[in-house]
Amino acid sequence: MEAVRTQPHTTKSRFLFSTSTFQTLVWGLVLLAAFVISPWIQQGINPYWFTIIIYCGINIILAVSLNLVNGFTGQFSIGHAGFMAVGAYVAAVVTMALGANPAWNEFVASSGIPANAVLPIGLCLGGVAAAGAGYMVGMPSLRLRGDYLAIVTLGFGEIIRVVMMNTEAVGGASGLNNIPFLSDFGWVYSSVVLTVFCVWRMVHSSHGRTLLAVREDEIAGEAMGVNTTQAKVRAFAMGAFFAGIAGGLYAHQLQILTPQTFDFNRSFEIVIMVVLGGMGSISGSVVAAILLTVLREALRVIQTWYEIDIRMVIYSLVLIILMLTRPNGLFGSREIIDFFPASLRRKLAGRAEARGGVKQ
Amino acid sequence: MDQFLQHVINALSLGSIYALIALGYTMVFGVLQLINFAHGEIYMLGAFTGMYTIRWLRLEEHPGIGSLIIALIAAMAASATAGFVIERLAYRPLRKSPRINLLITAVGVSLFLQYTGQLIFGSDPQFFPTGILELEGYNWSYGDLVIEPMQIVALVLALILMVVLQYIIFRTRLGRAMRAVSFNHDLASLMGIPTNQIISATFMLGSALAGAAGVLVGLIYPKIDPLMGTMPGLKAFVAAVLGGIGNVTGAVLGAFTLGLAEEFLVGYWVPTYRDALAFGILILILLFKPSGLLGVHRAEKV
Repeated sequence: MEAVRTQPHTTKSRFLFSTSTFQTLVWGLVLLAAFVISPWIQQGINPYWFTIIIYCGINIILAVSLNLVNGFTGQFSIGHAGFMAVGAYVAAVVTMALGANPAWNEFVASSGIPANAVLPIGLCLGGVAAAGAGYMVGMPSLRLRGDYLAIVTLGFGEIIRVVMMNTEAVGGASGLNNIPFLSDFGWVYSSVVLTVFCVWRMVHSSHGRTLLAVREDEIAGEAMGVNTTQAKVRAFAMGAFFAGIAGGLYAHQLQILTPQTFDFNRSFEIVIMVVLGGMGSISGSVVAAILLTVLREALRVIQTWYEIDIRMVIYSLVLIILMLTRPNGLFGSREIIDFFPASLRRKLAGRAEARGGVKQ
Repeated sequence: MDQFLQHVINALSLGSIYALIALGYTMVFGVLQLINFAHGEIYMLGAFTGMYTIRWLRLEEHPGIGSLIIALIAAMAASATAGFVIERLAYRPLRKSPRINLLITAVGVSLFLQYTGQLIFGSDPQFFPTGILELEGYNWSYGDLVIEPMQIVALVLALILMVVLQYIIFRTRLGRAMRAVSFNHDLASLMGIPTNQIISATFMLGSALAGAAGVLVGLIYPKIDPLMGTMPGLKAFVAAVLGGIGNVTGAVLGAFTLGLAEEFLVGYWVPTYRDALAFGILILILLFKPSGLLGVHRAEKV
């Protein structure tokens, strides 16, 4: 069906600055908290728990960014690990190259910026590379029905893996070693906040409503003048960007990258986080990501009994049962805020974002 | 030249396996518009059923085409049952729900079968008893060209199954009902066609073919493991899309094209990129001719 495409009716959406000062205050405090608790977390918590916390953060970024594609836009992407891989490899290569560059080291020493400032550079470049990959993959497949997208994203993850395995510059099949450890709590935490904030603002902007229109009824949306392909590609590229950032954090936490890390199971884990939390619920994704990350550690015990990955049996069974009995997941499309008392909710959400009433 | 012919023969036997799997994909897609992700796992089940049938019935002690057919029928029956159960338990309750839920369930079923398969069969590869056919002396070679008799057996059996399927779809009442359901679900049920039964039958038929493919692949590449279904399953899907999804002849054509493309890529260019090729083809076909080689473009309806 070739509908007449017109420019979507958009008003200027204030992406970063919401009207509610209270809201801005909350976000600012949340971000500030990173630097207050970071040293405490770093020193006061045993390393095992620290690692789990870092993984929780990375998984939150992955789940929330995938939710933008799977939940809010209604496109089924199962290749998120592929974008994560792109971000991880690019970020690792960037930080390693800069770390080995004498000019950069001199600059760091003379200007007094912290040594781990190389991480955000790597993360950003990784994110941009992943977003570019997302754009490239999304462009052909998003014009078609969702099922094709699923296979193409899956295939894309496979292609990335094969390419990494055959690229000797990034270590080939044996992987990339000696990545500096840079993902401390502060960076992971602020990345999480930034991701949640951006996705949340995106969803509540007019762009976000375009995405919802695509999810609810693509054809009707198109008839209303929504450029559905553009909306989908935008969501896809943005999701890929944050997946790339998560990949970068992952690389600088694990300090070693192998192509096998980013296989289909990895993508699937992210999908189940989104589905369990509720497609279209950001806080749902956050809760599910934390829940499943902790659950995985708990299941490690069972895994030692059998020698195989019992985790995946449970995950897949959960997914099937969830789809059959409670397809909306834990939260549905509600946010955790919706469970709060009304008075607090009104304040937190500002007058605009109260469910149903949407700000132009 | 010999090398070229060798690649063609390898490609034909590989293509026939893909074709059998792709047929199931395309049939299920035809009636339900569902990508049955679990199809590759049904193929894996077929391979394992074939292997265990041969072991338990000690068919290796009586090698011959008869024993092979017994194993083949057992595998097809088991796969058909699996297909029936999956459709009944996982897909049918969701038929009215959004398509994305159905898709997620399909992925879930696929992974569930893979990992339960690892629990039951063990995760190490096992050897398919190829001794079921005694073909030691039948290797035919001409110069560098070697024709494995197993390849010919697999190719011939696959072709026979395809002809049978073609007959079922275009010459029987069941086939006519299947085509009607695929043409228009509601209209078919108004015409008195029991659509649920027909969908079940389609699943069983497609799954049986995948099960047969599992046994045949065991003959050619006798190493089977619970994760063996994923890649061929996805590649067969690509083949189905390449030929035009929903189109039975297209699936076969797409499968042989993919087999040839893969074999030539491995033979003449970069063998390590084998698994990436299918997806590259998929992206290209979606970009330039999304309806596939033989498919007709269907406008989406409101």
